[in-house]
Amino acid sequence: MSAAPATSPAAAARGLSRPALAALVAAGVVVLCIAPFLVKNYRVFQFNLVLIYAVAILGLNILTGYNGQISLGHSAFFAVGAYCAAIMMDRWGAPYWSTLVPAAALCFAFGFLMGFPALRLGGHYLALATLALALAVPQLLKYKKIEAWTGGVQGIVLTKPEPPFTFELFGSPLNQDRWLYFVTLGVTIVMFVLAWNLLRGRVGRALIAIRDHPIAAGAMGINLPLYKSTAFGVSAAFTGVAGAMSAVVVAFVAPDSFSSFLSITFLVGVVVGGLASIPGAVFGAIFIQFVPNIADQISKSAPWAIYGVFLIVFMYVMPGGVAGLGQRLFRRRSAAP
Amino acid sequence: MRQSQRRNLIKLGVASAVAAAVPPGAFAQQKKYDPGANDREIKIGNINPYSGPASAYGAIGKAIGAYFDKINAEGGINGRRIKYITLDDGYNPAKTVEMTRKLVEEEEVLLVFQPLGTPPNSAIHKYMNQKRVPQLFVATGATKWGDPKNFPWTMGWQPNYQSEGRIYAAHLLETRPGGKVGILMQNDDYGKDYVKGFKDGLGDKAKAMIVSEVTYEVTDPTVDSQMVTLKASGADVFFNVTTPKFAAQAIKKAAEIGWKPLHYLNSVSNAAGSVMVPAGAENGIGIVSAFYLKDPTDPQWQNSPEYKEWAAWMARYNPQASLKDNFNVYGYTVAQSLVQVLRQAGNDLTRANVMKQAASLDLASPMLLPGIRVKTGPDDFFPIEQEQLARWDGKTWVLFGKIYGK
Repeated sequence: MSAAPATSPAAAARGLSRPALAALVAAGVVVLCIAPFLVKNYRVFQFNLVLIYAVAILGLNILTGYNGQISLGHSAFFAVGAYCAAIMMDRWGAPYWSTLVPAAALCFAFGFLMGFPALRLGGHYLALATLALALAVPQLLKYKKIEAWTGGVQGIVLTKPEPPFTFELFGSPLNQDRWLYFVTLGVTIVMFVLAWNLLRGRVGRALIAIRDHPIAAGAMGINLPLYKSTAFGVSAAFTGVAGAMSAVVVAFVAPDSFSSFLSITFLVGVVVGGLASIPGAVFGAIFIQFVPNIADQISKSAPWAIYGVFLIVFMYVMPGGVAGLGQRLFRRRSAAP
Repeated sequence: MRQSQRRNLIKLGVASAVAAAVPPGAFAQQKKYDPGANDREIKIGNINPYSGPASAYGAIGKAIGAYFDKINAEGGINGRRIKYITLDDGYNPAKTVEMTRKLVEEEEVLLVFQPLGTPPNSAIHKYMNQKRVPQLFVATGATKWGDPKNFPWTMGWQPNYQSEGRIYAAHLLETRPGGKVGILMQNDDYGKDYVKGFKDGLGDKAKAMIVSEVTYEVTDPTVDSQMVTLKASGADVFFNVTTPKFAAQAIKKAAEIGWKPLHYLNSVSNAAGSVMVPAGAENGIGIVSAFYLKDPTDPQWQNSPEYKEWAAWMARYNPQASLKDNFNVYGYTVAQSLVQVLRQAGNDLTRANVMKQAASLDLASPMLLPGIRVKTGPDDFFPIEQEQLARWDGKTWVLFGKIYGK
């Protein structure tokens, strides 16, 4: 955390000049923009899911990676975000883009409240308390008093938004999925920039200090209860935004989509991507999206056993996740003369 | 899986060599194809929960594949091999959407066959109909799959809950027309479907006969208090619309409180292993439930040629699966219905013709109970609507009486 020179530390260490970095970023933007036109619709849909999972994992990482609070309840926040968007669109005819902010606000409140018990519980006990949340939410969504809103077991079927304008590139039109790709990409970038700003500053340092040594952090004047609850709320808000986007992209919500296993999947994504790493969330998302499909292709009898093998090998080769491996390689290179 | 793919490729090579050797015109004229079909193969997509909480159903997906292996080994359908692509959704509707899109947009299958479960099928219902791809013979008993006016690309297969409800009503009117009925139902679409069919079946008499109707939530711990209420209502007929855990509780509780009504148990929960035995095999004596498939453990079938043929297929093509598992009978029988559809379609392998043929079936199948037929029409998207009743004798289900339903 030394003072940053004019060029960003990462670029300087790699020996890249500013124009080269700009060219790299520009190339990345171009690739991101034309990629959906080069592949089939179904792949675009998968890219959308990766982006959504990346935001959800980023949310969980704020809590678990930076603040050291383990949550097995993030599928609940994901579900609340998704249902918030679905009900707004289905019942009130709200446009899809208007659902993200209410979903974030609702999940922030929900997460902030969940943060209070979290103040008294640490480590494994907190994990169990949040797991209870993940287990309860799918059942609560089936509750008959709110069935008129939630659609009960049957869930809510939504209509995918049409693109506001259309054109063709490489013979592929800008259709619903490609349009949603750009929407999702935009939201993802915004969320990552928000997280970056939050975590690279005073708040981020406070969160890390609480994780590493809560007593010392308290002695330094950090308001522990406030920071811990806020971390929970912010984390839930990120995941809620992801949930709302998933409702729009999948165009269907049902309690079975948000089982407690989803929480574990997010946690896998956080660990695979790298704890306390912002870009790691993208790699975690790629892992949880594609590895189960690969496992299913290898064996129909025991897809989860294959998934487990992948996970073990992955953790063995990259104990710090993808981000950890990146850092290790980077250090080795910068240490070399 | 890899290996079988390689095997498929070899078989495909052989098949195409054979096809090349046959002079053109040997097949009937006017070949018409939609994506997923050509002169050599027909691509069929399927989605099953091979992982996750409902993975026991995965046996169905594997059995279907094993039946297609047999068809392919015997020369395919009208000279075309079936290429069967089955994917795992873990019973997660969001994943079902992804996998369905993979099948339709990437694999370009002719049709999606037997996706399993009501929530997963609800998730893709609209998509399939927008894309005009058959969502054929879905593995769920909800009544909404038979709606050709609004969803002409979707069709169920197994008896739907409403038609089963009507069957119990028909039996009740024949045997105890003056009965006082108590109903216990799960408070969701599944429960409402059953009770609607039952009431429709009773017709005008429904109001007079039903004395008590109580519900429970999936989230309830037990149905004990509901059972006490039902007994207190003075009912002497009990229509039990519950999922396995609650069915077992209800049977046990009825015995405990000494309530001995004429007990109709919905087929969702008539498995011996998961309901009748846990409830106490003695407690369930006399309970009536509906069936349409031959139970592979029932000794009365085991010497029949139909059973032997099924067992021979199991031994050759599905050797790892259990001969006691009903799902293997189900997969075998539903695959036969699809094979019949594709045979009827002949050389017109368009999606529209697949639906047209699926809507003009009249077929008996070896492992369906004798007398039960798979029957459809342009306005009748409910293939199986007939069932036979059976009574639990403390050890097994004993079939009795006629075939009900149309």
